[in-house]
Amino acid sequence: MSDSWIDACAADAVVKDDVIRFDHGDRTFAIYRTADDRYYATDGFCTHANVHLAGGFVMEHIIECPKHNGRFDFTTGQAKGAPACVNLKTYPVKVEAGRVFLNLA
Amino acid sequence: MPIEITKRDYSLVGRDTKLAEEHGLANAQWYSCAIPRPRLKELMQRRDGPAIRDTLLWFALLIGTGTLGFLAWHTWWAILPFAAYGVLYGSSSDSRWHESLHRTAFKTTWMNDALYEIASFMILRESVPWRWSHTRHHTDTIIVGRDPEIAAPRPPDLLGIALAFFALKGGPKEFYRMGLHCTGRLTPAEATYVPDEERHKVYRNARIYVFIYLSTIAAAIALHSFLPLMYIGLPSFYGVWLAVIFGLTQHAGLAEDVLDHRLNCRTVRMNFVCRYLYWNMNYHVEHHMFPMVPYHSLSGLHQELKDDMPKPYGSIREAYREIIPALWKQRKDPTFYVKRQLPRTATPVTAPMDAMS
Repeated sequence: MSDSWIDACAADAVVKDDVIRFDHGDRTFAIYRTADDRYYATDGFCTHANVHLAGGFVMEHIIECPKHNGRFDFTTGQAKGAPACVNLKTYPVKVEAGRVFLNLA
Repeated sequence: MPIEITKRDYSLVGRDTKLAEEHGLANAQWYSCAIPRPRLKELMQRRDGPAIRDTLLWFALLIGTGTLGFLAWHTWWAILPFAAYGVLYGSSSDSRWHESLHRTAFKTTWMNDALYEIASFMILRESVPWRWSHTRHHTDTIIVGRDPEIAAPRPPDLLGIALAFFALKGGPKEFYRMGLHCTGRLTPAEATYVPDEERHKVYRNARIYVFIYLSTIAAAIALHSFLPLMYIGLPSFYGVWLAVIFGLTQHAGLAEDVLDHRLNCRTVRMNFVCRYLYWNMNYHVEHHMFPMVPYHSLSGLHQELKDDMPKPYGSIREAYREIIPALWKQRKDPTFYVKRQLPRTATPVTAPMDAMS
């Protein structure tokens, strides 16, 4: 396994249709789990304001920021309309042995 | 460190803007009541049904009162249906504007956006700049120099507040801004919160608004009657008074420059008619703390948070028993504000917030 894969959390730490926060060094990320058990990861802060997306609301493949209701497609990072205008950075994710790994390379 | 309160500068590009930034009040972390995540997820669930029902009823009432007004035109009886039409058009549009701005009214995005454009026009708020203004209001609620939506700056302009009941102060300003936007410009304050990539929409929408108003005026001239203006344009003035009554309960007279919505927002109990017209925005502390919760779930959210909240006001009348004396006192003493009392069960306000207030 390459060093760029980071062990983030247990797979079952994220419930379906939800998101959790993962901090690594001085960076923060959001890890998502869809209803059909797919995992995704993005930067943890909304691109509009420094608000943790992990406090937000997951609707299918959309994350809504808890502060201003800005929305992003967390599978692509695409901003879905004001006040979210700048796309989110996304990261590859894999699940192995019940653990979620992020590739930060 | 306490902010020295002299004559406050409520502009977004002035002395208090810098003060707010220096004191860590801009884009700050706000207090949030504890609520179990599974319960919050339940409350955040979006549905189309309630808002479709409420919006269809709203349009039916607009059509019904508008038709009665048409039939009674040229008689004194027309006052009654137009009074109702005006409130539905000029006041209820406020809460529809607000809820669809947050995209929480409906589950379906295009429904929120369609209602938002319609309600923005009705309440005489250009949809793009006001979206960004309200976004700032949520970022920096009642932070002087940062929040563009402080309805009662200190000392309060009581004449201005009285004029607001018929949009006689804000309305002309909106038309001025609309004209400015038609020429492809923003005000200096708008330039602080409308991002570059959104500005072309401001100018486009302003031109659409002006086209609609000019078309309505042309229809009135062609028909030799101001009846068309009773349906489009004038209701934003003669019907807005109830939105002002509701709106002033949200923050007027409460603390400035605090990072706890329990101290600068009011939750007011209202009857079901008012809650329909106001789409439950009377649960205002709850809304500011958790803006992802749709209007039809705010009463449920209130139940979850009430032990960590100040006691809600029992009625609009009770709220105004506090607001009117507070504003009156602030004329002479701009440092005065109403200190909200938290119940013993509540998480205390942290020291820095006490110091700033």
